[in-house]
Amino acid sequence: MGKTLFEKIWESHIVVEKQNEPDLIYIDRHLVHEVTSPQAFDGLRMNNRKVRRPDLTIATMDHNVPTTDRSLPMLDETSSIQIKTLENNCKDFGIKLFDISSPNQGIVHVIGPQLGITLPGSTIVCGDSHTSTHGAFGALALGIGTSEVEHVLASQTLWLEKPKTFEVRVEGKRKNPHAVTAKDIILSIIKNIGTAGGTGTVIEYRGEGISDLSMDQRMTICNMSIEGGARAGLIAPDEKTFDYLRNREYTPKNYESLVDSWRDDLKTDSDATFDKQFILDINDITPQVSWGTNPGMTCDVDEPIPSPDEFSDGDPNQKKGAEKALEYMDLKPGTMIEDIKIDRVFIGSCTNARLEDLIEASKIIQGQKVASTVSAMVVPGSQMVKKQAEEMGLDKIFTDANFEWREAGCSMCLGMNPDILSPGERCASTSNRNFEGRQGNGGRTHLVSPVMAAAAAINGHFVDVRKLDLN
Amino acid sequence: MKPFENVKSIVTPLDMVNVDTDQIIPKQFLKLVQKSGFGKFLFFNWRYDENKNIKSDFILNDSKYDGSKILVAGDNFGCGSSREHAAWALVGYGFKVIVSSFFADIFKGNALNNGLLPLQVSPTFLAVLMKSVQENPATEIEVDLENQTISLLEKSISESFEIDSYKKTCMINGYDDIDYLLSKKEMIEAFEAQRIQLK
Repeated sequence: MGKTLFEKIWESHIVVEKQNEPDLIYIDRHLVHEVTSPQAFDGLRMNNRKVRRPDLTIATMDHNVPTTDRSLPMLDETSSIQIKTLENNCKDFGIKLFDISSPNQGIVHVIGPQLGITLPGSTIVCGDSHTSTHGAFGALALGIGTSEVEHVLASQTLWLEKPKTFEVRVEGKRKNPHAVTAKDIILSIIKNIGTAGGTGTVIEYRGEGISDLSMDQRMTICNMSIEGGARAGLIAPDEKTFDYLRNREYTPKNYESLVDSWRDDLKTDSDATFDKQFILDINDITPQVSWGTNPGMTCDVDEPIPSPDEFSDGDPNQKKGAEKALEYMDLKPGTMIEDIKIDRVFIGSCTNARLEDLIEASKIIQGQKVASTVSAMVVPGSQMVKKQAEEMGLDKIFTDANFEWREAGCSMCLGMNPDILSPGERCASTSNRNFEGRQGNGGRTHLVSPVMAAAAAINGHFVDVRKLDLN
Repeated sequence: MKPFENVKSIVTPLDMVNVDTDQIIPKQFLKLVQKSGFGKFLFFNWRYDENKNIKSDFILNDSKYDGSKILVAGDNFGCGSSREHAAWALVGYGFKVIVSSFFADIFKGNALNNGLLPLQVSPTFLAVLMKSVQENPATEIEVDLENQTISLLEKSISESFEIDSYKKTCMINGYDDIDYLLSKKEMIEAFEAQRIQLK
């Protein structure tokens, strides 16, 4: 019987295999950031251990870096200590670090692909759940905890239970691909499978609806696999993948011969079977807007907010969850999405802060002004994205419209730096999580695509971007 | 890691589904560079209001459950962020076992790596357990890791649970993975030698 892409990558990385035990899996790339690594380095130090493969380990600082002027000192002392700690750890253990002044600094999941560090068929780990992003290149990319970060630093391997396989097939063609984006596809998938629908599995996204997407868009899809509970998300590499990675700073010297082997090997065999399957038809999907406090609580832009009964479909626990969410979000069932007014707009995060996201959002903004009741910001995913956008004049389009144009980092996706919502503020956000307090204690997050966020900034409330001329 | 000993304790009922790690330990507490000291920040935004006053309606603030070593919660506990700080906060607060009908993958791994037992029960057992401890906070349960059983003592009902045998050995003996990992050094070297270098 044939094998899935996931099974092929897994099997080619098994170092030790024993019955009734997890497999020992070799890790090709380990990405490190300031928040989930200090305790791991400490563990090594206490036991006099070294980093086994510093050459396969790459670090940057993204979670709590300020996005304002970097020539100024950091005001937050604890963040500053964490950043200093990463600098010291990288120095002591010989790890390549893209620090706050590096032109390559940025969100770890944006810089990996941009630098050609992310490669098809490889295994990638990082102490961050959105590591799934790198799956867009046909890499098996897993988010891990700090103990596991220490394991990988010490041994370049991890004990892992083999996940099950989950095929998510995206069929059809979007009618207006500028208005209905990759973000809307992945939010639709999560709305349907639920936030635990993918638990214990690696999703492989397949079908015409996926192969049609650009690499930036595929990263948005794989990024949010974890919001559906999955261990990782994968897309088989194709010519778009190979073209994207060609001639990047860290692209391997023997790249073309690697591409030849990837072309043959890195695909699911036609007779392979998956443990689970879900099919989404995107011919008629609409822009998506989350209304609750997890990414599964999402509806179409032209729908009213569901009642807890409608949402829960008879499950009393889900009903209670929906009631609590509506109370936290200060929303009533039956309210039309377009009637929801917003206070803040955040275009950023490892989900939607790549060049294409900024280009698409700028088309909506051009020649317009942010509504007087809204404050809006753009935080590019990396310094390289920022530079490319500036070369295209996008910064000018945003700032002319009264958007703030910031330095790269995770920023208001999780609010570990000063970029946070105040209690009660409502935000249209291109990030990945709408959990209670995620963007600031008491803040209310609606997850949307970059074009939906941009249109909301201009209008002061959500707008169905299908009504706008985006071509 | 300390060896896991069997637990007999009253139980704190957190009757909520999809409890995410952002709630377990909010982001403002992720800046510490050590593993200890997180217990006092557990569920911080649910325990305290904006002025740091205690929210009396939150279950961890109900003195009837003080000293409990077991937390029971709804489906999909620990979803979201990979922050191991969530496990450190639960351990720091004094919990030894989390009971749910379903755990998110990364949280489950993090818990096991810190001697905190993520104990998955059937939805039926969870419902009975939740109701019993809500109605009678003095209700005790016993968790026996060696025999993989959880028992609701007053009702004389019990259920067996699954745990990976390798992780069970680590928990019972307090082993961390790294010594064992490093004992595989030769195999790791052999693997590296036969691999096409991605350089």
